[in-house]
Amino acid sequence: MSRLLAAALIFLTLMAAPLRADDTIKIGHYGSLTGSEATFGQSTSNGLKLAIAEVNAAGGINGKKIELVEYDTKGDSNEAGAVVTRLCTKDHVVAVIGEVASSLSLAGAPICQQNGVPMISPSSTNPKVTEIGDMIFRACFIDPFQGYVCGKFAWENKKFKTAAILLDQSQAYSVGLADEFEKAFVKFGGTITIKQQYNKGDQDFTARLTAIRGTNPDVIFVPGYYTDVANIAIQAKKLGIAAPLLGGDGWDSAKLCEIAGKAIEGSYYSNHASPDDPSPIFQGFVAKYKDEYGAPPDALGALGYDSGKILFDAMKRAKSLDGKDLAAAIAQTKDFQGATGVITINDKRDAVKSAVILELKDGRPQFVTSVKP
Amino acid sequence: MADFLQTLVAAITAGSLLALIALGYTMVYGILKLINFAHSDVVTLGAWTSLTAAMFLLPRMGVDLAHPAWWAAPLVLVIAMIVCAVIGFGIERLAYKPIRRAPRLNALITAIGVSLLLQNAGQLQYTITDGVKPIAAGVTSERGNDPATIRLQTSVTIAAGERYVLKITPKGSPAPIDRVLTMPAGKYPAGADLRFDGTIGRAQSREASFQLDQIFTPLRLPFGKTPAVAPYLLPPVNIYPDYPRYVWRHEFQSSFTAPDGSQQPMKKMLNIAVVDVIIVIVTFVLLTALHFLIYHTRLGMAMRAVSFNTDYAALMGIPIDRVISITFVIGAVLAAAAGFLYSQKFSLQQTASYAWVLLGLRAFIAAVVGGIGNVRGAVLGGFLIAFVDAFGSFYGTYLFQNANSYSDVLMFGLLIAVLLIKPSGIFGSATREKV
Repeated sequence: MSRLLAAALIFLTLMAAPLRADDTIKIGHYGSLTGSEATFGQSTSNGLKLAIAEVNAAGGINGKKIELVEYDTKGDSNEAGAVVTRLCTKDHVVAVIGEVASSLSLAGAPICQQNGVPMISPSSTNPKVTEIGDMIFRACFIDPFQGYVCGKFAWENKKFKTAAILLDQSQAYSVGLADEFEKAFVKFGGTITIKQQYNKGDQDFTARLTAIRGTNPDVIFVPGYYTDVANIAIQAKKLGIAAPLLGGDGWDSAKLCEIAGKAIEGSYYSNHASPDDPSPIFQGFVAKYKDEYGAPPDALGALGYDSGKILFDAMKRAKSLDGKDLAAAIAQTKDFQGATGVITINDKRDAVKSAVILELKDGRPQFVTSVKP
Repeated sequence: MADFLQTLVAAITAGSLLALIALGYTMVYGILKLINFAHSDVVTLGAWTSLTAAMFLLPRMGVDLAHPAWWAAPLVLVIAMIVCAVIGFGIERLAYKPIRRAPRLNALITAIGVSLLLQNAGQLQYTITDGVKPIAAGVTSERGNDPATIRLQTSVTIAAGERYVLKITPKGSPAPIDRVLTMPAGKYPAGADLRFDGTIGRAQSREASFQLDQIFTPLRLPFGKTPAVAPYLLPPVNIYPDYPRYVWRHEFQSSFTAPDGSQQPMKKMLNIAVVDVIIVIVTFVLLTALHFLIYHTRLGMAMRAVSFNTDYAALMGIPIDRVISITFVIGAVLAAAAGFLYSQKFSLQQTASYAWVLLGLRAFIAAVVGGIGNVRGAVLGGFLIAFVDAFGSFYGTYLFQNANSYSDVLMFGLLIAVLLIKPSGIFGSATREKV
């Protein structure tokens, strides 16, 4: 029944869509507007719409207005493949923005690559996404950089000499981040005292933390997701471990402070953007976003906004709006002033940009510093 | 020394919880020859019921959650036990009884089905419908750009100090956006413009319809959808005023290897928390009670008889259905106790999380290692698995530096070894398949 309804809705949407007009440029967005990761897609969409409104208010691209065609992936990779196919073959968009989750970007990217439509993923950090081909870009940093940022922050800013690692061996994200952190931290001159691993679903980290405590590290690197991190923080404090925890963007949830409470205070993590970032361009974006949507943006909203801005900047420079020319223009993006920092696209089509380090203080993440690449 | 003792404490507490859960698996298997895969979900239910009762019921009974009364913890435990007992009874009656004579595979698949049903039922958002009452509706004010104004279609009286939720449905949007607001008090007729504090954002206010609801607490039952932490209800023991949740803390002189290879002195703290002691005490009391029930009462004799041979037991006048129901209820009550104790020690993952599956899996292995169907074996197996897990992950790192965690390898290796050497488990008695 729901399939029938969906089909009917799609049909109606297609009917309702205006005929191709030559005075607009169509771009596509696919994101999880509903489902369990609904806030991911909605924030990205809000940020992207803000960027479109800005460029249209400034007269559009070469006199043509930008028109957005948006589809919901429902957080499902089959759905993502279907809607990207529709964007490329039915709607004939010149470029596609999406997705947040790496697994969904990996579903959409091959289709964009085949059809020669440039795609910019706002916030998929898995390195594999842009390895699909020369049409695929991203507006965020990748996991190896995040590991490097954490290592640099621990060594240079906090002067930590020793670190322990506690990672989830069943998550590719966690394993990759831990490896990159270890590489960076050891290269700076630090020592990894111990590397402990747990499995998805483990709740009792006492034995592992006791082993870590025995090596007396200055900091414990925990590249997991926020629910595990909350448990680890509580149990570490119970064992009398004073060393702070350090982690990546998997920590980014209001639930972390809610569950861990005081135990997580004084710990650090790296993220794409922070509401407290004092840079004027970011604060300008925050003000505009609040005015438009009545709530402050999260990092994903900022990355959605930046994806749009990078695309429009490239459109202005491109020889034509054909896929090849547009992709070449995106690839030449250099020192672009985005809300989330200065962005340069490297030869692997990944964004090279700063990350922010946040400290959990008084029950919320607060801006500490930004680390340049 | 401190590290060894700390790991020992972790192993004993984890073993107690596993023993409580493993008993549920083993009792049901002993009587029905059914692996009740839904058992771990009854533990989850017990844990989440404890959290819900503590956060929802206790404040309404005048209990301050920061300083709970002594009876708060037993009350929550009993509530969790009752809820789980009812669900355990219902599962047996509705899912397992109708297929008791069917091939065993059918029962196994049904058990998996019940497990998935419980996991996903816990994902529903339990909203109390009279918590929110619609009191007015409106559309975008003609002042258009002013986001803080809506035009009322119905008259409304706003009371001072009450909380309201404004549901904004922008044109073409499937679901409304909620904003919780305080509104200026007063009477407003239909057609009036209602101003309120804050903004709703221009994007939403362009061509949108509004519904204004008054919020009556409670809003939602905290159950299962997002990770949460239960309020701590166990007594603080004021031996250490700074650390009221500990019964014993002792500092050991120890050493660690510094990056330059030298041995440096460091102090290591051994902590025994109140919750650890209570887990062990509650488990001991429940196990003793169960042991008495099974070996020293008529009901226990009936259970053993049904376990020995269901058909003969029926011929001897034992009410089979009642005995099976009681077995399920006892298993569920033990699971509820484990769930409550778990909620006091750990934060709770959402009900479909793998954490619960893993907990149930470990308890099931414990039951098999000890000899499934054997009550004492389940307890022994629970402690054995917990010791292998805790010491395996602690000492494993010293054996294999920077290697993967070997605790799961050791745990499942133990299972395989037991199955190879004594397939019926450590305490299990060999059964001959009747041909």
